[in-house]
Amino acid sequence: MPKLTIEELEKLREEARKTTFIREQSEFRAKINVHMGTCGLAAGARNILNAFLREIEKRGLTDVLLTTSGCAGLCSREPMATIEIVGQAPVKYVDLTEKKAQEIFEKHILGGEIVTAYALGIGSEKTDL
Amino acid sequence: MGEAKEKLYRVHLMVCAGTGCVSNRAFEIKEALEKEIKKRGLENEVMVVTTGCNGFCERGPLMVVQPGNIFYQMLTVKDIPYLVEEHLLKGRPVQKLMYQPPEEKKPVPVLSEINFFKKQVLVALRNRGLIDPEKIEDYIARDGYKALVKALTQMTPEEIIKEIQISGLRGRGGAGFPTGLKWQLVREAISPDGEKYLVCNGDEGDPGAFMDRSILEADPHSVIEGMLIGARAIGATKGFIYVRNEYPLAVKRVLIALDQAREYGLLGHDILGTGFDFDIRVVRGAGAFVCGEETALLASIEGRLGEPRPRPPYPAEKGLWGKPTCINNIETWANVPVIIDRGGKWFASIGTATSKGTKVFSLVGKINNTGLVEVPMGITLREIIYDIGGGIPGGKKFKAVQTGGPSGGCIPAELIDLPIDYESLTQAGSMMGSGGMVVMDEDTCMVDVARYFLSFTQDESCGKCTPCREGTKAMLDILTRITEGKGTEEDLILLEELAHTVKEASLCGLGKTAPNPVLTTLRYFRDEYITHIRDKKCPAHVCRQLNVYTIDPQICLEKGHGCDVCRRNCASEAILGAKGEAHRIDQSKCIKCGVCYDVCNFGAVKVE
Repeated sequence: MPKLTIEELEKLREEARKTTFIREQSEFRAKINVHMGTCGLAAGARNILNAFLREIEKRGLTDVLLTTSGCAGLCSREPMATIEIVGQAPVKYVDLTEKKAQEIFEKHILGGEIVTAYALGIGSEKTDL
Repeated sequence: MGEAKEKLYRVHLMVCAGTGCVSNRAFEIKEALEKEIKKRGLENEVMVVTTGCNGFCERGPLMVVQPGNIFYQMLTVKDIPYLVEEHLLKGRPVQKLMYQPPEEKKPVPVLSEINFFKKQVLVALRNRGLIDPEKIEDYIARDGYKALVKALTQMTPEEIIKEIQISGLRGRGGAGFPTGLKWQLVREAISPDGEKYLVCNGDEGDPGAFMDRSILEADPHSVIEGMLIGARAIGATKGFIYVRNEYPLAVKRVLIALDQAREYGLLGHDILGTGFDFDIRVVRGAGAFVCGEETALLASIEGRLGEPRPRPPYPAEKGLWGKPTCINNIETWANVPVIIDRGGKWFASIGTATSKGTKVFSLVGKINNTGLVEVPMGITLREIIYDIGGGIPGGKKFKAVQTGGPSGGCIPAELIDLPIDYESLTQAGSMMGSGGMVVMDEDTCMVDVARYFLSFTQDESCGKCTPCREGTKAMLDILTRITEGKGTEEDLILLEELAHTVKEASLCGLGKTAPNPVLTTLRYFRDEYITHIRDKKCPAHVCRQLNVYTIDPQICLEKGHGCDVCRRNCASEAILGAKGEAHRIDQSKCIKCGVCYDVCNFGAVKVE
């Protein structure tokens, strides 16, 4: 590793923050919650989760929170995800594929536009303790 | 370093790997987590990070799940598969592994809502639980080396010193000398060949103290950065970190940190291309308590016997190899980068009129929440002991708190609303010290406490000066006599006289402060000394030679049916009676070892 200049140190800081930001309890602009009950896992929720993760990574975003939760109750429409732009009502998406996930990410998370074709409805179950 | 760019994980598991949790098998927990994560195919989503001490040592092994700040405690390897499946796979935090305060019915999932953490203010421990101490990138991500850049490019050495003076920072090693003034003295001191040195005192040796150790283990770069800034301010090119060899984890992590900083050009020649040179060497101490005293420490670095010498000249004038030397303790150095980054005024806004900022304490003894805490100066003992510490176990009564280690004193329960700062502690007869806080309850004998601390200082006295060498020995003899019921009232007068002489006449801080535990216990708990001397009794039943053990024949027979356990365990054959009969103790044979009291399951053995 070469010796750093001041500019390189700042660049290194920015790079490092892209992966460590989730340790800090900062505010997030958007939340993605992938439902990972047994039904969701069987239907491929794992791939959906990873698709979202790679979208965030690809863009180096530090304001999107990706979490998981258990079965949302509508097992026949898994994989499912709830997407919430903070300050707006959460939206539940059903029958997801990786491709749909990418589209939702671009349109809803980045563009702020709900993808009604894949949405089940607005609202979310209570997941707090 | 040098590896590919760090991947984005959706969850970071911050596993505490401070010395406390490591002794509680934190590394086994880490292995189990990694194994289970792999088994569940989560290795690309979940990352396990080992951090320094989280602080809540009582509840170790600990883990915090981020994002969410979910605090898990008292983990065992057996809990891990369930935890991984429930929380990491299905997103359902596991309640049974969370912290539940004794008085509450529901656990508190989020770390920042737990009382132990709520009142703490983190400055020196600003990266607590958020970084891997073995990864410089983690430190840099948390604004690490930002203050160094500022100090090297935007500030003159005088301005750096000014900023430290504005902050009001005082030495965290115990005596509380103003850090900015010390730096100025070293900067102004004339060195024969221009060379000046910087030293980090990591010879923490007080019983029950682990502040400096934890900082070095958890955040070594904060100390290194502080020293770099100090070196720029005073004009030094060489620095030393003196750390005890019996802190293996601290030694290991600081050596790793130094290597990483050197690789990145943050230490060595032409730092960050600014033309500034500075490097640090680690010197391992052999564990002599007296080497925490600055002149003894310097002698030890030079390779000589670790013995103090008279001051003046102070190290600021004539230190290492006769050159001007700036010595500060680990916690002091760790505060420096924040002060430069956020400004002296910001730092000075925390604390009291004369004591600024925060102080790290290790909270130990008879306290529910043993651990490492950082609190603003001026907080009361009550807040530390009851709000943060969770009070005294077993509903016992709080009796005293010992601060400042063997150099400090015992502060009695009446002073529980005392605000903690340098002056108020000194007025109470104790001192800030490096930050050990030993809590004592009603079962503690204050004479025995004084005897214990004196036996420590007597043992650690280097023997160079007579008042300390002979005085501590004479005082210890008197205290031992009193705890054995052989003390006289004249002894107390002699004890006080000796204490004042040792305090006045000793060469270094060790001797000058060694009588403090005796003087404070005499001041606040004189009646306990008198009871030991006049009534030959120890009110807390700690001094066993003063105890009289008897067996209540009724309880022995009715509850225990003369079970005979005490007789079989008595090494001096002082217990009479056969199985099925009431037993009794032959006082002429009893050596007061207390074994009968400990083994009796029926409470038949009484102690007076």
